[in-house]
Amino acid sequence: MKIVVCVSHVPDTATRINVSGDGKNIDSTGVTYIVNPYDEFAIEEALKHKEKSGGETYVVSLGGDANKETIKKALAMGIDNGILLKDDSYRDSLSVAKALAAEIKSIGADLVFFGKQSVDYDSSAVGQLTAELLGMPLISVVVALSVEGSKVTAEREIEGGKEVIETTLPCVITTQKGLNEPRYASLKGIMAAKKKIIEEKPALAVANYVELLQMKRPPAKESGKIVGTDVSAVPELVRLLREEAKVI
Amino acid sequence: MSKVLVFLEQRNGIIKKASFEAARVAADIAGKTGSEVEAVCIGDEIESLEKAGNFSVPAVTHIKNKDFANYSSSAYASALAEHAQGASETVVVFANTSMAKEFAPLVAAKLDAGLAMDATAYQVDSTSFIVTRPVYAGKALIDVKITSPVKVLTLRPNVFNPGEPSGLKAAVTVKEVTKADLRSKVIETKKAEGKLDVAEADKIVSGGRGLKGPEHFTLIEELAEELGAAVGASRAVVDAGWRSHSEQVGQTGKTVSPNLYIAVAISGAIQHLAGMRSSKYIVAINKDKDAPIFQVADYGIVGDAFEIVPELIKEIKKIK
Repeated sequence: MKIVVCVSHVPDTATRINVSGDGKNIDSTGVTYIVNPYDEFAIEEALKHKEKSGGETYVVSLGGDANKETIKKALAMGIDNGILLKDDSYRDSLSVAKALAAEIKSIGADLVFFGKQSVDYDSSAVGQLTAELLGMPLISVVVALSVEGSKVTAEREIEGGKEVIETTLPCVITTQKGLNEPRYASLKGIMAAKKKIIEEKPALAVANYVELLQMKRPPAKESGKIVGTDVSAVPELVRLLREEAKVI
Repeated sequence: MSKVLVFLEQRNGIIKKASFEAARVAADIAGKTGSEVEAVCIGDEIESLEKAGNFSVPAVTHIKNKDFANYSSSAYASALAEHAQGASETVVVFANTSMAKEFAPLVAAKLDAGLAMDATAYQVDSTSFIVTRPVYAGKALIDVKITSPVKVLTLRPNVFNPGEPSGLKAAVTVKEVTKADLRSKVIETKKAEGKLDVAEADKIVSGGRGLKGPEHFTLIEELAEELGAAVGASRAVVDAGWRSHSEQVGQTGKTVSPNLYIAVAISGAIQHLAGMRSSKYIVAINKDKDAPIFQVADYGIVGDAFEIVPELIKEIKKIK
C-alpha cells in the first residue's frame, strides 16, 4: 500500500496580507510560513492509516525551496519519503494538479490525501482536479474515514449536515478539521527527519489556462458608528437595523 | 457555437436558491459573449424546473436517471461533462455550494478547462473573460483571466442578485441516460437537527470567548432564533470545545457573507474578520471599545453582552 499526502506551504493565518510591489503576489516581508492547516489532518490520517494497515508514505509538495520546511515537518511527524516538485512561478490549480498527478502516478499510490483547501489561494480545487486526472474517485471535506480492505466509507461535511459516502481504493480524500487530532513531531521524529533526503525534481511543465492579472486589497470598509455604550442603546440599534439597514 | 451552461443544484428534487443567482449570471455572460444559455439539472424527479425562465434562462435540460436522485460526485461529473461536450467554446457556471465545490473541479478536469472558484465579480466580453475572487480568506482579491476555450466558474452564494422573477417559463427537455458512473455514492445524509447552517444563512449571530463558557451560548441561540438566524462561533470557542467546528466562521472555518452578521463578545482576530467582513451589515457587541471587530462593524455597542443581548431579544420581540 502506497499512501501519498500532498501539502502546501502557506502564510500563517494570523498574517496581515499586503500586496507586493508588482501587484501580483503578497509582500512576504516578515511573513511566517506554515504547513497549510488542513494538510496537517491529511498527514495525520496517512500516518494513522499506515500504523493500522502498513505501507509506505510519501509527502509531495509543489513550489520553491521554501516548501522544504513544510516537507520536513511532515517527515518529522513520521512520513517516510519527501518529494519536492520544483517550480517557483505562478501556476493555476489545473497545472498544479497535472504536475501532482504525474508524480502520484509514478509512485503508484493507492490512497491520496489532500487538505480540503489551502488557505492562500482558497480555491478548494487541486485535490478534486488531481483525482480526476488520476481517474480515481474522490471524497472531499472528510470528517470521518474508514478503510476496510478496498472499501472506503467517509463522512463529508455539507450545508446543515453530513453525507456518508462509499467508494473503493484507489481514491483521493480531502481532509477537514474534525477528522483527527494531528500529532506533534517527537524529538525522535525530528532527528530522523534530518537524515531523510528530500527528492527534488522539476515540476511537470504545463500551460496555465488561468492567468493572474493582479492582486489587490479588498475595498476598505468605512468605519461604522458606535450606537452607544450601554443597554440604553439597544432600541436605537434595533431602529437602525429596521429602518436604515432594513435587515430585520 | 459557443454556449453557457448553468448547473441547477437540486436536493430532494428542489432547486437551490443560489442556483438561480447563478442562472442570472449565466444569462448575463451569454448576452455579453453572444452565446446561447442553457440550464442543466441532474436528478430523478425534480420540481419546477421551468422556473429557470424567471431568471432569463429559456431552456433547461433535465438529465435523468433513478440513480441521480442522490448526489454522486462521479456520476454528476460524468453526466455534466458529457452534456457539455460538443460546443466549440463553453462556460459552465455553478453556485459555489458544498456540492459544486466537490464536483465542478472534476468537470473542469474532464473538459481540460480553466477553472475559477468562488467568484465575487466578473468582467466578460467576446474577447476577454476576467473573474475576481477572494484569496487569503478575503484579505486580498485577485483578478484572473481564463484563456482556455472551455471555462468552469463557480460563484459565491449570496453575492449576485438573481433579480425579480420575470414570470417566463423555460422549456424543459428531459434527457434520460441509462448509465450512471457510481464509483462514489452517497449512502446516507445526516441532517443536523433543525439547524440553519452558517454557510447558507442570510442572518448569523456569532459568539466568542467573551461569553465566558459554553452554557452562555443559550443567549446566542435565543437571539438567533428570534431573528431566524444561524448560530456561528469564533475559532477560540471552537478550539475550546464549546461549539462544533461546523459553526466556525473565519479563515479555518467558513467564509460567510450574510445580510446581517451580529458578533457578540468576539474581539475580531484577523482570521475571523477575513471570514465575515464581506457581510452586508455587521453589528458588534463587545466590552472593549478598541476591539478590532468595531473597525468592520456598521453598528456597534460598547458594552456587556450579558446585559445587551437580553435587551436586544426583548426589543426584537416587540417589533414582531
